[in-house]
Amino acid sequence: MINLELIFPEIFLSLSIMFLLILGVFKKNSSTLIQNISLIVLLITAVITFNETLAINQTTLFNDSIIIDYFSSFMKIVTLIAAFLVLLISTNYLKTFKIFKIEYPILILSSVLGMMVMISSNDLIVFYMGLELQSLALYVLATFNRDQLKSSEAGLKYFVLSALSSGLLLYGCSLIYGFTGSTNFNVIANQLNSSEYMITFGIVFILVGLAFKISAVPFHMWAPDVYEGSPTSVTLFFTMVPKIAALTVFIRFLYVPFLNLIDQWQIILIFLSIASMLFGAIAAIGQTNIKRLIAYSSIGHIGYTLAGLATVSNDGIQSSVIYITIYIIMNLGLFSCLLMMKRNNKYYENIEDLSGLSKNHPLLSFSLLIILFSLAGIPPLAGFFAKFYIFKSVLEQSMYFLAIVGLLSTVIAAFYYLRIIKIIYFDKEKEKYDTDHSLWLKLSLTASTLLILMYFIFPNQLIEVISRINII
Amino acid sequence: MNFPILSYLILLPTIGSLFIFFTKSNKENNITVKYVALFTSLVNFFLSIYLWILFDQSTSEFQFVEDRIWIESFINYKVGVDGISILFIVLTTFITPLCIISINNSIKNRLSEFLIAVLIMESFMIGVFCSLDLVVFYLFFEAGLIPMFLIIGIWGGTRRVYSAFKFFLFTLLGSVLMLVAIISIYWISGTTDVIQLYELGIDAKYQNFLWLAFFSSFAVKTPMWPVHTWLPDAHVEAPTAGSVLLAAILLKMAGYGFIRFSLGLFPIASETFTPLIYTLSVIAIIFTSFIALMQEDMKKLIAYSSVAHMGFVTLGIFTIQQQGIEGSIIQMISHGLVSAALFLCVGVVYDRMHSRLINTYGGIVSIIPKYSVLFMLFTLAALGLPGTSGFVGEFLILMGAFKDNFLVAVVASLGVIIGAAYMLWLYKRVVFGKLVNSDLKQMVDLNKSELFILTCLAIPTLFFGFYPDPLLNTIEVSITDLIEVYNINIMHN
Repeated sequence: MINLELIFPEIFLSLSIMFLLILGVFKKNSSTLIQNISLIVLLITAVITFNETLAINQTTLFNDSIIIDYFSSFMKIVTLIAAFLVLLISTNYLKTFKIFKIEYPILILSSVLGMMVMISSNDLIVFYMGLELQSLALYVLATFNRDQLKSSEAGLKYFVLSALSSGLLLYGCSLIYGFTGSTNFNVIANQLNSSEYMITFGIVFILVGLAFKISAVPFHMWAPDVYEGSPTSVTLFFTMVPKIAALTVFIRFLYVPFLNLIDQWQIILIFLSIASMLFGAIAAIGQTNIKRLIAYSSIGHIGYTLAGLATVSNDGIQSSVIYITIYIIMNLGLFSCLLMMKRNNKYYENIEDLSGLSKNHPLLSFSLLIILFSLAGIPPLAGFFAKFYIFKSVLEQSMYFLAIVGLLSTVIAAFYYLRIIKIIYFDKEKEKYDTDHSLWLKLSLTASTLLILMYFIFPNQLIEVISRINII
Repeated sequence: MNFPILSYLILLPTIGSLFIFFTKSNKENNITVKYVALFTSLVNFFLSIYLWILFDQSTSEFQFVEDRIWIESFINYKVGVDGISILFIVLTTFITPLCIISINNSIKNRLSEFLIAVLIMESFMIGVFCSLDLVVFYLFFEAGLIPMFLIIGIWGGTRRVYSAFKFFLFTLLGSVLMLVAIISIYWISGTTDVIQLYELGIDAKYQNFLWLAFFSSFAVKTPMWPVHTWLPDAHVEAPTAGSVLLAAILLKMAGYGFIRFSLGLFPIASETFTPLIYTLSVIAIIFTSFIALMQEDMKKLIAYSSVAHMGFVTLGIFTIQQQGIEGSIIQMISHGLVSAALFLCVGVVYDRMHSRLINTYGGIVSIIPKYSVLFMLFTLAALGLPGTSGFVGEFLILMGAFKDNFLVAVVASLGVIIGAAYMLWLYKRVVFGKLVNSDLKQMVDLNKSELFILTCLAIPTLFFGFYPDPLLNTIEVSITDLIEVYNINIMHN
């Protein structure tokens, strides 16, 4: 008997999506209603998932094709909460552009469903299904502001490049299947034989495909354009939510089926990590658009996360998960600020528009100051601890080169964060921005700032939650 | 000890800054805000004096130790003081209120933010001097960058952006390598607790790399030649109060770090690299003294003189002689008082004439006599005239140096002469001579608060110059013990 209640969150979410679609068709002007219901659905799903975490140990379903353990539940909860927050604070932005439509929350819900399937997958086919479900929803989201040229361009670019990477991924999967005779992760792990060259090809193709999804250098080209072109609230979604799912899959792939082939992939991962950290830091220096800058900075941050994975240890995985969690909090704060830069129904996205913000909006700029220093990794803010855990686990494995390159790139990265702070604090002020923001936007900014600022007082809680993740 | 006095010292300024943060900033509140800041920093000062009185001078053990679990099974929040660190804490709490009093007119806009930055800075600095865990130390050490960056960048002069960036990136670059070293120490020794590390010792084969990593950070912060170039820029552009903080307290972190960590944790490597330090110190003393001689900007001149003085400090520390290290600590304290006073002196004339160039001034002795007298006192203290605290420090350092290496000591002594040259020449050009500019006649002499601040700095400068025993007694036992442990380590190797 299959324990269907274990995938109750997914079932509930898919039923809700269908219900909402029907509701949207039959009820006119129901955007607000659907938005609110979606928020509740996300919350309920998170609560159910949370309840399951307490109840079960590692379980597999459907002939081992789906795995449910603490790690997957944790990542699902983070995904759900992040999606919830994105939905919560994007309302005003969408209304300004008159794209506050029923499809928006439904698309977000479907991509979240896809991610949940990805996170739980223990089988190549299930994984690919989840991936495509989330990607298709994301393509549409990127073009959501379809009257704008840039948004359409972003969506198209994302679609073409993402399809290419999916192709590579599938090719890798088929190679692996051909040589092991199974699509199941556990079976693959047992059948893998490192003397087979083609298996290495398969791993490389899969890694390339996954690197595309998390925009690690050298497969990052789509990220700046897509981030810039998409509506800001969608960019916020892109920088946070799909990264969690893709990272989970990354960890799962490396540490379940391919664990015995460490020699083959560790060096690739170290390269991806170093390249992302350095490139993210250097390329961000010349940017003038904040969203592009965030794209490069997120490439850099993914580099640090990968550095944790490259260590092949539980500590490393945990530090990566801590990193991505703290990164999400920082990003949420950063985008909340970005969504507040509105004047006369127009949003401003250039770094120059922040000029002298501290004179007119002292609290907003103080939050930005905290968030930016935290992103730069200056103690005692949360971002420092995120990097600290990563380098702690990297140095545990005596990977000095990786650690030193990583830390030097934080110095380079500090430069462009400082440049924004300089513009906010040292430059001449411009006109004031509107201050009538929604309560949720203010709350999310305050909450993320306080979390970043106060993290050093209570560092144990997060570690405690994450230290229960055991993959190896 | 139930009363966690050190934590209160660290926390109080932060609490004060929170009060200021929640006070609406407008013109009427400026005075209130300033009194809040002054009050907090004064309470902190008296608390630190109380700490000094309670401090037991007869032992080299760490006192007032607090040990709390911070990150489970990894880092403890551990603070404590011994003879080496306590004086720096007192110096920090002494300079901060003076800084706050001094910002009468110079900082007009965003006063409350400035005070917040200064108070937060004080918290971090006290944290640096009393933390007994490497990670906690690093946290405070780096965190100080944020307020200082803002102080230079927001309230600084025309090239403030360049200077703020240079300051931040230089020091960050130095420090990240130290972070690698700290985490490596954790994996090598299993702890980052300084007291435990003193007992365990660190394997000799790792010491050289770790020493170099720490050195890269401390050398930038000291600053040592050739990575001193951020200092003149930062000083010139920072507002007066910022320069005072920078010179009086920030520069001391590295000297303190050398004694506490480089000597304490890596004795064998310290022995190996002593020639390197000697060379760099001597170059710093001679070379930057010559540079100082040629400066046209008063603040820049004093900044370069700081580099030269810190050269003496590093030289003294690595003589590993009782006199040398004692001299270094006294030199740092003395430099803290004197350079603070000199920057304030420059600030005084800058407030009146809005120029820091030496050739704007000349012949002001009869116009502002009180100022001229105090300025002379500090000039003489900076060049180490007997009877001022500067003399005690330099004399002890040179004594230690003569014991250890004759040649280095001789060359360093020449630096003292050049030091006298540039300071006296500066004084002569600014104060004596012909009245070069009729505008100078409009200058008013020191007002009450300026007089008060400079007198406050003059008293300890003279007092410790004639009677350095209170300082020497405090540090003596700790240093004797440090050198003993050091020599045992060298012998065993």
